[in-house]
Amino acid sequence: MITRIFAIARNTLTELTRQKVFYVLLIFALVLIGSSVFMARFTFQQEFQILKDISLGAMSIFSSLLAIVAAARLIPQDIDERTVYAILAKPVPRFEYLLGKLLGVLLLLLISLVVMSALFVAVFYAREQIVLGETMRQMSRAPREQVDDALNAVRASGLKIDIFAGIAVIFLKACLLAALTLFVSTFATTQIFTVMMMMFIYFIGHLQATAREYWLEQQSAGWIAKTFLAIVALIFPDLQAFNLVDEIVAGLAIPLALFAKTAVLGIFYTMIYTLAATFVFYGKEL
Amino acid sequence: MSRVAFVLAMLLAFGVIKLPAERAIALQHRQMEFGEVMNLDLREKLGQLGFIAALSGFRAAVADFLFVEAHVAWERTEWGRVLFLFRQVTTLQPHVPLFWDMAAWHMAWNASAAAINDSSQPRMALRMKTQREYFALGKDFLERGIKNNPDKPQLYESLALLYREKLNDHERASECYAKAGALPGAHSYDKRFSAYELSYCEGHEREAYERLRALYDVGERERLPTLIRRLRVLEDKLAIPPEQRIPEQAN
Repeated sequence: MITRIFAIARNTLTELTRQKVFYVLLIFALVLIGSSVFMARFTFQQEFQILKDISLGAMSIFSSLLAIVAAARLIPQDIDERTVYAILAKPVPRFEYLLGKLLGVLLLLLISLVVMSALFVAVFYAREQIVLGETMRQMSRAPREQVDDALNAVRASGLKIDIFAGIAVIFLKACLLAALTLFVSTFATTQIFTVMMMMFIYFIGHLQATAREYWLEQQSAGWIAKTFLAIVALIFPDLQAFNLVDEIVAGLAIPLALFAKTAVLGIFYTMIYTLAATFVFYGKEL
Repeated sequence: MSRVAFVLAMLLAFGVIKLPAERAIALQHRQMEFGEVMNLDLREKLGQLGFIAALSGFRAAVADFLFVEAHVAWERTEWGRVLFLFRQVTTLQPHVPLFWDMAAWHMAWNASAAAINDSSQPRMALRMKTQREYFALGKDFLERGIKNNPDKPQLYESLALLYREKLNDHERASECYAKAGALPGAHSYDKRFSAYELSYCEGHEREAYERLRALYDVGERERLPTLIRRLRVLEDKLAIPPEQRIPEQAN
């Protein structure tokens, strides 16, 4: 069973790679290097802050887009190319087929995020070294204590290990979106419909927390409004829970318990949506 | 049809299970003051697109974009716009001390200097009034920044500088430097600066002398020209006996 799932996953990853989705990484590199050059006019604190914000924001949007676009085309393309019939004619259960497909997308997301993170760390490290070198040159005649203060100020604005927890949460959010897209694509009629639905879900997901709190705490709302809010709160994922990066970049320490809870929630969402996708896919006439 | 109904029921059941977990995470976010910025006030300030972008997980990127716009407005000396944009930036990213610091610097140092040199305003009294208003705006940014980031020494240092250079309040400046110096990651000069500022305050000479003397006794590292100068002034003022004074050869 594992071998079959991995064979489908490998195949999916190869197909996606052939679609040149990794061009996203090139755009990311351009954004990173471009903003780094543009920000030479700012002080190093401002430059580092903006570099972190833009890079992590770009990672978040590129991984979310990649998850949606890649997962949305899996089933429609296989149906169009009739590959799905060839696969399912063999002793491959539909569950394994879907799991393999999803795993392929998740691998693609993992590779993309690892490459983006490596690029980000490399550019940031290079800029930090340049700033440290400049500071040491400018303060070559200053007392040791002042030089240490200045160098510590540069290092304090640098990268912290917490940033990787933020990137891990970006990955979990992308996994959740991929699984949800796969679920939508099992009953969607076209790929465009799936992508459009996911765009709406993406925005609603970020507002879900507001709807939930309003539903649970607002006593004065009418029953129609309450029912609508309850449906939004129960069916849609709370994507706002996965936005930890802004706080991490701001220098706030994220407690391990919060990170663990968010990770468990992300994995739980991914599993449930995959299960729902499987259930609908079993009923699909192929 | 029954399959769709079953999936919907499954999602609803899952929704009921996930609800406590989501609420617990949201509560923890609130306790850490994450995302406490998404209110109607911000909606009015940002406009619809900016608000949606901020809601969609791109708060930091929107704040940076506005920060760059504020930088451009500063280059054009459009002070009203600088203030407007920095209010948005600090509302979006209240936990980034840099933004509060920059906002305060633009108001208390740049805009205030522009106000006092404003040749289009012939009356000096009105120029000074505007300058005072910009000082107050800078102070307000720093105080709100400290409220949002009480453990960051950078904002206390900036507030101390504002009290010292612009408001001529050495006592408050000393307090702020002392607060900065007590925080982790503070500059090594904060404690020294706090004592310097105290040495200018009437009625605090004894305390200032004791603090400066304690720093002097730390060793060569703290025996800087300003510290020695201020110590000598206080020794004279407090009539310290010659045998207790610092040596004459101290530079």
